[in-house]
Amino acid sequence: MPKQIILAAHFPGVNNTTVWSDPRAGSQIDFDSFEYLARTAERGKFDFFFLAEGLRLREQRGLIHDLDVVGRPDTITVLAALAAVTTHLGLAGTLNATYHEPYELARQLATLDHLSGGRAAWNVVTSPGAFFGENFRRGGFLDHADRYVRAGEFIETARRLWDSDGGEFTVRNSQFDIRGRFGVPRSPQGHPVVLQAGDSDGGRELAARHADAIFSRHHQIDDARQFYRDVKDRLGRYGRSEDSLKIIPGVSYVLGDSDADAQERAHHIRRQQVSPQTAILLLEQLWNTDLSGYDPEGPLPETDPVLDESDTIIKGRAGMYPDRLRTANEWRARAEAKNLSIRDLIIEVTGRQNFIGTASRVAEQLDEYVQTGACDGFILVSHLTPAGLDDFVDQVVPLLQERGVFRTGYSATTLRGNLGLV
Amino acid sequence: MTLHLAIALDGDSFAAGDWTTPVRQADEARLDFVTFQDSFGGRRPDAVQVAALVAPLTRHVGLVPVATTTHTEPFHLSTALATLDHVSRGRAGWQVRVSADPAEADLLGRRAPLGFDDLFAEAADVIEVVRRLWDSWEDDAIIKDVATGRFIDREKLHYIDFAGAYFSVKGPSIVPRPPQGQPVVAALAHDERVWSRLDVDVYFVTPADADQAAKIVRRLPGKKVFADLVVGGRAPADAAVFTGTTARLADLIAAWSGSGIAGFRLRPGEDYGVAAITSELVPELRRRGLFTPSPHQRLRERLGLPQAVNRYQEVARA
Repeated sequence: MPKQIILAAHFPGVNNTTVWSDPRAGSQIDFDSFEYLARTAERGKFDFFFLAEGLRLREQRGLIHDLDVVGRPDTITVLAALAAVTTHLGLAGTLNATYHEPYELARQLATLDHLSGGRAAWNVVTSPGAFFGENFRRGGFLDHADRYVRAGEFIETARRLWDSDGGEFTVRNSQFDIRGRFGVPRSPQGHPVVLQAGDSDGGRELAARHADAIFSRHHQIDDARQFYRDVKDRLGRYGRSEDSLKIIPGVSYVLGDSDADAQERAHHIRRQQVSPQTAILLLEQLWNTDLSGYDPEGPLPETDPVLDESDTIIKGRAGMYPDRLRTANEWRARAEAKNLSIRDLIIEVTGRQNFIGTASRVAEQLDEYVQTGACDGFILVSHLTPAGLDDFVDQVVPLLQERGVFRTGYSATTLRGNLGLV
Repeated sequence: MTLHLAIALDGDSFAAGDWTTPVRQADEARLDFVTFQDSFGGRRPDAVQVAALVAPLTRHVGLVPVATTTHTEPFHLSTALATLDHVSRGRAGWQVRVSADPAEADLLGRRAPLGFDDLFAEAADVIEVVRRLWDSWEDDAIIKDVATGRFIDREKLHYIDFAGAYFSVKGPSIVPRPPQGQPVVAALAHDERVWSRLDVDVYFVTPADADQAAKIVRRLPGKKVFADLVVGGRAPADAAVFTGTTARLADLIAAWSGSGIAGFRLRPGEDYGVAAITSELVPELRRRGLFTPSPHQRLRERLGLPQAVNRYQEVARA
């Protein structure tokens, strides 16, 4: 039997991937939108629904960023509501290890696992920056070097609490000093599924040691295979099998009646995603300086990016450019060679959809990724709230089922069971 | 006069059905709201989540979870309750709780327990921050203006810039303004030292008789005062207990109804559960004209609270 594909539905996020200017775009906050996407995912027999977390609104040039979708709900509260309107779908949420505390978070996740009958999952992230801290008691921030220490000890602490079966616990480590009675009896999954998204060496090691799945950002097939091999090879030193850690990149797709039609749609969506104003903002994120005087239909700046990483122009978003100068030179060369405006260039170099084609071509490519060791499945990020996955569920899922690589019905009652995790 | 009716739910079950069943009964009986007990260290599910779980399954009843201000993050509290208001389409409330218990402080491990004055001073700060964050988005902040490429009008989002003795919070909220603007805030107020300290809309009090209830109401002008009553059970430490047949319970409620209280929060006792309250007592009270279901869906309107004016909108206009 060929390897089975894992599929997850990412609720559209607060970046320019999500197109709000389309007339079909629905609310980012009404519960109807969450319910619609969750029901669609469950109709498509997806493994889980995925919701990110907001801790502070993004800022650019010191102002609240106003060009993308802004505003989202509290993660776990929406997941609890979705538990009432779904029956098999996993419910995964990002919850930051820096700005939550283990007792409260472990209790919330165990509660969600009980109320949903074993469908809870936790994407662990950490934030070292002081920007988010201004909304929280701890204020300040975590030293960059300590972020994986805190994440690792946080996960270990949560697991200790979950293992207490509601009883007494004592935890003392470098980050936490807590004791008492947990109060939540063992939940259906025992431990909710733990996802991890960090990509650095420390993040990969943390995942190899503690996580059940990685929300990866490697989607070019060669790069994805390399990442997959690297992470799976780390498992042995923790006595874990290859199957015990699933690699699931976040990907986008565009379907069309023909491959050419899909390409055309993809380009149209890219133009929606990169408005003239957004083009300048995205350019500023690399250049790290105010470029509001530039014409989006004109040429790229001749000045070089500002390399001071201590005060980046965008706040509240993970760094994307490890070598600003090199990337800027590449962009300028490309724009010059192809005579591209700022907006055209940004459309080409940022966030192009990962899978573009007919439903059968997309199904074939997804299958190839999974069968050839590039990943274990996909977290699908659509550009439209809430109906963005309708076409995938209607057209691609049946083809994956025909290929025998995706379930036609849920075989387990828990998320852990459906993911094939022990 | 007609009274408001609420039910206090408390239980150690983690099975969804054990919560959805009674809340649906309360919803069908058109009760004004249910409260969900919570504390740290107790054997109970997280109350905000239980309230969120039942929200899509109900249409009328207000959902008021207990959430603790001590040791927790005011930002998370505010966004969780705003989200509960969104998922319930304007039926959210919050019963404020403080934690004086050293054992709870040990569970969180962040600091030593606080004394009485600090507990309530901090709770007051938390309520202030939670309320400011609810107002930090004006209702019409989302503009979706394609011409300028702007999703929001950032002038209609506000930093709350709260700095107090216990914490500071910058804002704005990550959650657009909840449907009610300000979800209903309630507190159990056994101790009258608490009354003036907290900016709440609803007080749960525990008078021993109708005269005492009337005295409390006179001292809390303009507030919605709910008397806690245990129905059909043994006396706990704090609240009055009514026992007897449904008719007898209705007689007792009628006798208290002239005290000026806004209504009752009924705590189901051993012999008189949620099903008995909703299928026997409520119809009896309706027959006697003591309870009339509200036609409003939003909890503020149900309780006759004024429309919540956004403090930042006022400032902007001034």
